[in-house]
Amino acid sequence: MSDIPLPPAGLRPAAARRFHAPTDEAPAARLVLILLAVLGLGVLVLAPLATVFAEALSRGIGTALASLSDPQAWSAIRLTLLVAAIAVPLNAVFGVAAAWAITKFDFRGKAFLITLIDLPFSVSPVVAGLCIVLTFGANSLIGGWLVAHGFPIVFALPGIVLATMFVTFPFVARELIPVMIEQGRAEEEAALTLGASGWRVFRTVTLPNIRWALLYGVLLCNARAMGEFGAVAVVSGKIRGQTATVPISIEMLYNEYMTVAAFSMAALLAFLGLVTLLIKTALEIRHADQLTAQRRH
Amino acid sequence: MVIQIDEISKLFGTTAALHPVSLSIPGGALVALLGPSGSGKTTLLRILGGLEYPTSGRVLFDGQDATGMTVQERRAGFVFQSYALFRHMTVFDNIAYGLNARPRASRPSKAEIARRVTRLLDLIQLPQIADRYPSQLSGGQRQRVALARALAIEPRMLLLDEPFGALDAKVRKELRQGLREIHDTTGLTTVFVTHDQDEAMELADLVVVMSMGRIEQIGRPQDIRTRPATPFVRDFIAG
Repeated sequence: MSDIPLPPAGLRPAAARRFHAPTDEAPAARLVLILLAVLGLGVLVLAPLATVFAEALSRGIGTALASLSDPQAWSAIRLTLLVAAIAVPLNAVFGVAAAWAITKFDFRGKAFLITLIDLPFSVSPVVAGLCIVLTFGANSLIGGWLVAHGFPIVFALPGIVLATMFVTFPFVARELIPVMIEQGRAEEEAALTLGASGWRVFRTVTLPNIRWALLYGVLLCNARAMGEFGAVAVVSGKIRGQTATVPISIEMLYNEYMTVAAFSMAALLAFLGLVTLLIKTALEIRHADQLTAQRRH
Repeated sequence: MVIQIDEISKLFGTTAALHPVSLSIPGGALVALLGPSGSGKTTLLRILGGLEYPTSGRVLFDGQDATGMTVQERRAGFVFQSYALFRHMTVFDNIAYGLNARPRASRPSKAEIARRVTRLLDLIQLPQIADRYPSQLSGGQRQRVALARALAIEPRMLLLDEPFGALDAKVRKELRQGLREIHDTTGLTTVFVTHDQDEAMELADLVVVMSMGRIEQIGRPQDIRTRPATPFVRDFIAG
């Protein structure tokens, strides 16, 4: 189009001057839409986030840091990091296994498995927590036996890890499935015909092809694992200094009017979330081509 | 290597991709499986390569039953329709993949691998592209790299699925000649799948015309042209 020399604007027919692309909105409509979006973002996201940091720092950064170094706060942070450190790698392994099975093989019950993977997105975390309590609690058959043998699940670390894993299970698999479907099986088949074993194919062909999508899924999974409240609240028993994670501690501190401490913890959690978001955005910019198959949620 | 296909059939669910078919391929021949899409030619090729298992029947390599052999044991150089080059590896690493995948005892040294890759790049007349990635190659170059990668494992046979399908007419003509030359140099029994009757007739020693999971005719190109065995063959080679 740009190669064709246009006559000066004054000489162009009026219709051509009035013409604009059918998908363009009128300037006024555009302005209103942009304002609405900015207003929505400001009121719903930016203002609350700013308030968290402002409240945390309202008595100075020293007070905020002091409240974080309190032994109970410190124990909550350690617990949250520990839970994420166990749940995220396990979910990464399960997610890769599930995505691999779904995309590379044809078998009966595949649709059912896909639905099952999405289940945690549709079931309320509180319900999930309750299920774990009912299954593994001291009054249940399995739970009773485990408690008798000195390995309690509920109101202890294993329960918190289980609840977190349940809630964050879909993230890795959901990121990988569309990417792996798009890439197909041809490269794996080629590697097999060249004499590679199944494990070698996975290590040298499959994994390198999904690495960015996998990292992306792990990041989302991690963010959610550190922030999970509902399911963990039910199974943890909220024992201060023992089973209270960061989100649980925030709620307890807030209910006790310990505003600075609550907001300091909240600011820390928000900060971790923002870092995740930053890495995620960097990944999207650098490896957009390998992530495009999956703009779904 | 002599390939014998003995009453091979393949069902996908309840649909028959191949009715029992039998075919004997002489050692060193260049054979075309010719037919429209859905004729079962690719399924037959994948069964030879060990990527699909037949529902019934046997495959024999040099008279030995190979039906239960795994894809790795068959050592078939397979060229895929869209080439399936490893996109995260350089051309060099692509071609070296099969050698690197060998168990340590039979794996050539690094220097030997480099020597062989260089020789293969010379064979496909692309000596300069070892450090490039598949995305930086033209369609014709990709096809030749896929061929070199398949040849690197010192295969017992070459199997090619629509090797010229994704190329424009001019490149297609050149590469036909290239495949003929590579076949004549290596002496490998070669089977390729195509839906293009010109390609089959010009390139192959033996053409196998297939339709609806059945073999319609097996013969030398000129025999098929002059004496089509069935109305389908006559229509197909006329079109």
